[in-house]
Amino acid sequence: MMQNFVTLIRAAVFFGTVIMFGCVGETVTEKAGNLNLGVPGIMYLGGIASLSSVFIYEGSTENPNKAVCVILALVSAFVASSLGGLIYAFLTITLRANQNVTGLTLTIFGSGVANFFGGSLNTLAGRFEQIAVPVTSAAFRTTFPFSDSLGVVGELFFSYGFMVYLAIIIAVLTHIFMNHTRRGLNLRTVGENPAAADAAGINVNLNKYLAICIGAGICGFGGVYYVMDYIKGTWANDGSIETLGWLAVALVIFTTWKSKHAIWGAYLFGILYWLYLYIPGLTRSSQEIFKMLPYVVTVVVLIVTSLRNSRDKQPPAALGLPYFREER
Amino acid sequence: MADVAIEFKNVTKRFGSVVANDHVSMKVNKGEILSLLGENGSGKTSLMNMLSGIYFPDEGEIFINGTPVTIRDPKDAYALKIGMVHQHFKLVDVFTAAENLIVGIDPGKKLDRKEIADEIKGICDKYGFVIEPGKKVYDMSVSEKQTLEIVKMLYRGADILILDEPTAVLTPQESEHLFSVIKNMKKDGKTVIIITHKLHEVLSVSDRVAILRKGKYIETVKTSEADEEKLTELMVGRHVELNIDRPVIENKELRLSVKNLNCVNSEGQQVLFDINFDLFGGEILGIAGISGNGQKELLESIAGLQKTQTGASVVYYDPDSDKKKKDDAGQADGMEMIGLSPKKIREKGIHLSFVPEDRLGMGLVGSMGMTENMMIRDYSTASKSLLFTDKKKPRELAEEIKESLGVVTPDISTPVSRLSGGNVQKVLVGREIAAAPAVLMTAYAVRGLDINTSYTIYDLLNEQKKKGVAIIFVGEDLDVILALCDRILVLCDGHVNGILNGAEARKEEVGLLMTELKDNRREETAE
Amino acid sequence: MEANMNHVHDPWVRIAKRDDMSFLTKLGIRIAVLAVGVIICAIMIYFITGLNPFVVYLTVVKGAFGTVRRVWATVREMMMLACIAIGLAPAFKMKFWNIGAEGQVLIGGIVSAGCMIYLPFLPGPVLLLLMFVLSAAAGALWGLVPAVFKAKWNTNETLFTLMMNYIAIQLTAFLVSKWENPKGSNTVGIINPNTRAGWFPEIAGQQFMLNVLIVLVLALLMNIYLKYTKHGYEIAVVGESWNTARYAGINVGKILIRTMLLSGAVCGIAGFLAVSGASHTISTSTAGGRGFTAIIVAWLAKFDSATMLFISLMLAFFDSGANEIASKCGLNDYASDMIIGIILFFILAGDFFVNYRLVFRKRVSAVNSEKEVA
Repeated sequence: MMQNFVTLIRAAVFFGTVIMFGCVGETVTEKAGNLNLGVPGIMYLGGIASLSSVFIYEGSTENPNKAVCVILALVSAFVASSLGGLIYAFLTITLRANQNVTGLTLTIFGSGVANFFGGSLNTLAGRFEQIAVPVTSAAFRTTFPFSDSLGVVGELFFSYGFMVYLAIIIAVLTHIFMNHTRRGLNLRTVGENPAAADAAGINVNLNKYLAICIGAGICGFGGVYYVMDYIKGTWANDGSIETLGWLAVALVIFTTWKSKHAIWGAYLFGILYWLYLYIPGLTRSSQEIFKMLPYVVTVVVLIVTSLRNSRDKQPPAALGLPYFREER
Repeated sequence: MADVAIEFKNVTKRFGSVVANDHVSMKVNKGEILSLLGENGSGKTSLMNMLSGIYFPDEGEIFINGTPVTIRDPKDAYALKIGMVHQHFKLVDVFTAAENLIVGIDPGKKLDRKEIADEIKGICDKYGFVIEPGKKVYDMSVSEKQTLEIVKMLYRGADILILDEPTAVLTPQESEHLFSVIKNMKKDGKTVIIITHKLHEVLSVSDRVAILRKGKYIETVKTSEADEEKLTELMVGRHVELNIDRPVIENKELRLSVKNLNCVNSEGQQVLFDINFDLFGGEILGIAGISGNGQKELLESIAGLQKTQTGASVVYYDPDSDKKKKDDAGQADGMEMIGLSPKKIREKGIHLSFVPEDRLGMGLVGSMGMTENMMIRDYSTASKSLLFTDKKKPRELAEEIKESLGVVTPDISTPVSRLSGGNVQKVLVGREIAAAPAVLMTAYAVRGLDINTSYTIYDLLNEQKKKGVAIIFVGEDLDVILALCDRILVLCDGHVNGILNGAEARKEEVGLLMTELKDNRREETAE
Repeated sequence: MEANMNHVHDPWVRIAKRDDMSFLTKLGIRIAVLAVGVIICAIMIYFITGLNPFVVYLTVVKGAFGTVRRVWATVREMMMLACIAIGLAPAFKMKFWNIGAEGQVLIGGIVSAGCMIYLPFLPGPVLLLLMFVLSAAAGALWGLVPAVFKAKWNTNETLFTLMMNYIAIQLTAFLVSKWENPKGSNTVGIINPNTRAGWFPEIAGQQFMLNVLIVLVLALLMNIYLKYTKHGYEIAVVGESWNTARYAGINVGKILIRTMLLSGAVCGIAGFLAVSGASHTISTSTAGGRGFTAIIVAWLAKFDSATMLFISLMLAFFDSGANEIASKCGLNDYASDMIIGIILFFILAGDFFVNYRLVFRKRVSAVNSEKEVA
């Protein structure tokens, strides 16, 4: 029983970490007033960028350096994801395209790029073995050395790769940035009332561009974690990242646009997602019904927040609305 | 000669084919209070927006303290110590006063809410403001928000302060307080520009008055050498006597009877208290009041767009049924309108027309042309087909309105949002009158319109009145209400604070009723 | 501070709304951006595969239209996409962000597959008609749920419909494992391979003729519905402003619900086409992301049926073509998503140049003219 509980929690943490990155990244974006439905695509871009760069590096050297592997994976993922965000930002801010439509296009594009390279990387690189980046993946999955000696506590809290803690740190930092710094206040002003931000001398477009690109970069880490830790440094064309990406978007609503809530919300989603494995008596088909749980819960949260009209639990007031100064 | 703080040289701003400012050249002196006077649409706000960096001039130059400057965005304006309080406040609702104050400045600095609160207190004490630093903006009254905006500019070190229609949303007492604060700021050496179209304010607070008309600069006069008549003449370009017709109609018949109308808005505040009045065919009932005192809710309640509290009653008496059946007292049967949707009202044969305040957001569909906008009232009944719309009649009506009211539009299929404000209003009023109403309600029917269009609207209303239509005219300009309306109902805080005879009422009397609720009224409703 | 005191260069470019542009200019701009997109894709393909871009595009054309069979495959894909876009058009015209076409298509597909499995004994036309009606009803139900909450409590429909997709996917997964054939394969396999019960019949010797006919009829009807009926008028008013709609006596909630029933129903029919008229099986990827792509199709076409058909054709063309490149070069077929993504980015960017123009400052001349005055 206890062991079941521990495995469930661990599974939830693995799962939750992917969507926590996505959720925090999307929160940063939405705080600037842009609803980016390209999260799945961005996570795809992050995942494939880290995988391909490390794949090339590991294949080109005898003894890949672990630190180089990790840094290369993170940097390439951040750059690729931010570029995806940049495309979205350029289209929606500078060229004034519709945010939802552009975001969806980014998802199509990102999943296309990632699955294309994920499926053809070995062919393109002229090598024919299965794609795998064992060294990097092992580096990503290194746990605290003392976690084994702490029993259940160690298993529950310390038996994860560093990105699990990185996700929490980023969520906390984002919370501090949004609520306890002037730059964060400026960014939120852009998302709440861009005309006010503009009149206050804040560069609205610059803030939006930065928030979207950095937010996308954080989302991209979700893809890295998925590829390197969750599926252990391989590639799977099964659309899981897309599902996780949409759950991350849902989680933003669940957390009412407050990144600190993402820390427990993401794990809760993880528990809901894996719960079916621990419910006795489920057949293979009825498990599928049980897997609906996270989506149903999100719908319920969505309905409940729309029923309760709390002023502080609403989305940024200008979310999804374009802003042009000289419009009249 | 006084030092010049601001100088415009040949400044021009265009919006598409509309010239908002046409080669404006004028000067503002240091340490003076200057009123920028002009009608709606005379280019006051757009000129000032170029100072505050919201708009960029198409031509011309701006000098601050004698130096030519380029103000590309609000940041440049702040650097030049120029601050503007816009008519629509630029505040973030979910932020506190303190947070709103520091938005956009010193981004690298630590966010110390305590320190900011102290600084706010310092400014407030110096000039006589009251602000709670920790209060969220969504909990603030309009005048608190305005105070916050002004403090925000001072906090940013503004030496030149521009206030856009600052008293439009204030009670007279609040306006008085504002003026005293402005005078304190002048004593402190600040230059203050007030955009306004209210003459008595101009005369009471400013040192000089600059007048704009139709985008052009006319001249600047010393307040001490000006009077209302002269300013009006400069502002409108010709001597305008508010000589609006008020034809007298005999044999007025009861058309609408409003009783016990109470109304709570979506935020749970009661906005209408026990409204009672009768409306007769062949009269114009003016509704005076500071905007936001229940006018919108009153009209929308009658039109079936607003929920009312139980016990409310609005009874409609149809002109045709007058002759048919009358009870012993000679009164025709009425129809209860409360509880009916706009559609039901129409289906029951109640001839109600409504020109709402928000023309493009409620009365018309901006992206549609005139033809399709003609269909809004009766698209479902006008066509004999069950399924399809009939555009033939609407097209004819659109042509007719375009012709008779002189609507300037390239084509009747051009989206109405592309038309100018006056033409938009002609389309809306034209449609509502074409529906042959028995009761016609108009909210701020001439807001933002030029003098000529305004007169066209007054004439149209009088024409309807002569036909026996009962008209409700919600207005903001007291002179117009006094000249046009047969009776004047004054709303204050959602109460009927008095109903006066239009021909006899004095302006001061109406003004007093608008601002001070008679004591007994509040008690009545408290019971 | 210093900079402000001197002449600084003005913003060198401003963006202004464009007044009416002639149809031909618009078309020209759209073709131009499309061409740029195609060239960019060619360059990318060249760098990835090392193939001559001209050869590659020839392969694309061959892949899409090379043989009669391929033409029909492209047309089938086009009709599928267009059908969903037609279904989404009324919802989006009403500014109801129905991101849930994916789920609505799947639900329609499930019901069709269920009919094929459980009622193969019915006479062909009866079975098809029943499948048509039931799949439309199922799609409508899937559209109804978020619409009711939107109407009653203004619940955000974008995310609600998105979640409905996943609920539909899990429902499909559940039924796939119920219906799996052979046992243990976790796929349903081709349903009724011998009897062909519930399959679209060949018309004029063409397997996909019925798909084409159904979608063309739907396209025509939807165009008439949106442009000439009272319902269409109501949808347009609600899409512009709820306040105006209330003023006009339109019951906004009723229109939301009615329109989403219709939107979901047409998407459900698309599921019927996918199962009965194309794959003859059901899986969680039956909708295959088309529900999302179709949103972009409907939006870019501004809800005009003919334009939706055209954009669908274009996307289907690139899809089939990219698949051909992929198989020719031993790459996987996700290349098509990548190419479609790039092309869509360019089309979105092209919209800007149709609606806005860039105004470059003529500062020098302004200064000169001032000097002349002085």
